Amino acid sequence: MPTVKFTYALKRFFPQLQDTPVKSDTLPSLLQAIDRHYPGIQSYIVDERGSLRKHVNIFIDGELIRDRETLGDTFGENSEIFIMQALSGG
Amino acid sequence: MKNTLLLGTRKGLIVCRKKAADWKIDDIHFEGIPVSIAWADERNGHWWACLDHGHWGVKMHRSPDQGATWEEVTAPAYPEGLEIKEGVPATTRYLWAMQHGGASNPNRLWVGTEPGGLFRSDDGGSSFRLIESLWNHPTRPEQWFGGGRDHAGIHSVVVDPRNEDRVLVGISVAGVFETTDAGKTWAIRNKGLRADFMPDPYAEMSHDPHILVAAPSNPDVLWQQNHCGIFRSTDGAASWEDVSEAEGPAKFGFALAVAGDNPDQAWVAPAVSDVTRVAVKNALCISRTDDGGKTWKDFRKGLPQDYSFDIVYRHALAASGDEVVFGTTTGNVFLSGDRGETWQVLSNYLPMVYSVMFC
Repeated sequence: MPTVKFTYALKRFFPQLQDTPVKSDTLPSLLQAIDRHYPGIQSYIVDERGSLRKHVNIFIDGELIRDRETLGDTFGENSEIFIMQALSGG
Repeated sequence: MKNTLLLGTRKGLIVCRKKAADWKIDDIHFEGIPVSIAWADERNGHWWACLDHGHWGVKMHRSPDQGATWEEVTAPAYPEGLEIKEGVPATTRYLWAMQHGGASNPNRLWVGTEPGGLFRSDDGGSSFRLIESLWNHPTRPEQWFGGGRDHAGIHSVVVDPRNEDRVLVGISVAGVFETTDAGKTWAIRNKGLRADFMPDPYAEMSHDPHILVAAPSNPDVLWQQNHCGIFRSTDGAASWEDVSEAEGPAKFGFALAVAGDNPDQAWVAPAVSDVTRVAVKNALCISRTDDGGKTWKDFRKGLPQDYSFDIVYRHALAASGDEVVFGTTTGNVFLSGDRGETWQVLSNYLPMVYSVMFC
């Protein structure tokens, strides 16, 4: 089962956040699944169209995803999905 | 007497309270997060915070107990498939206005957004629905555009207390629109406005009201600080008259407040237009008219008169009784207890101030 890991920055809004195994085979369904674990978190990661927010990145096994619009990148059964924020602003 | 002040700032929601005769900073919420609007619903005392996370999108939080607890509600979102223009999907970029629907609609709230969508809630803010009639207005695709922000934005929502289905909105850049049926149909209300930046300054569309305010004591009197001057209407926005100061600073700016007890008394925060966006002659002042804009007087006592770069954003000036407050882009907050004639510092080192509200 893929495991989803999160940037520490999201812990401020979702204090229970931890590495979470999720049964899923596409990124959109994976995000829906983690939203059931942490209600509301999906809207922090993608906008209302399902596109990745501008300053958020998703890595699959250490590689940045390519399809930020529809999240069509694929992953394996034991992949590690890491959701992080870009470093920006001040 | 309102004894609380909510400041929406670039680094959080700052609460000030008046104890004895002194205003003091008392609390902070959402520290580090930009708060585009900090707003209190006068009907039920609920507080609202519109957040503009750099990374995580725009969010709305509601507090039923003056900040003791907060809950996040689902922020206004555009329905699937809508586009700002061809190939640019419509998503909520910024929450720019909040207003309640009046006493006769106790669960109604209005929210204005960039890229130009007006949203309504009829369940106390638990959910919001796009007013598609305004979004689908035939003028929007070609004659609304960004001013100050990338796309057109609704920054002002004015509800008529005599008929709470009558609502006026101010849009940068488009102008003023009116509905009399709670958002089913819309009429353009830009007659008499002037858009100097357009090829035809007197065209019906593409005006830039920076803020639209109704006089609480006479809702037929409306004021707007516009990109091209200060305009006033005495016929419910059917027509507008330029009441800018002929010789003097009161012309360009963003913010405007109207006295609660006098439709002819209003305050503006003058700035230098377009090119530099700083205080006029680097000296900060607040200008007030007591006669409906026929004459203006600028007040400076207590305000910096040299090397001031302060701009007052559109939601960052407010009046309540004899008290007036404003916050600036450089983190200064000033208070007056005599209708703006003299000023005291509340703080000189806050984050950039986006909104102020007495409650």
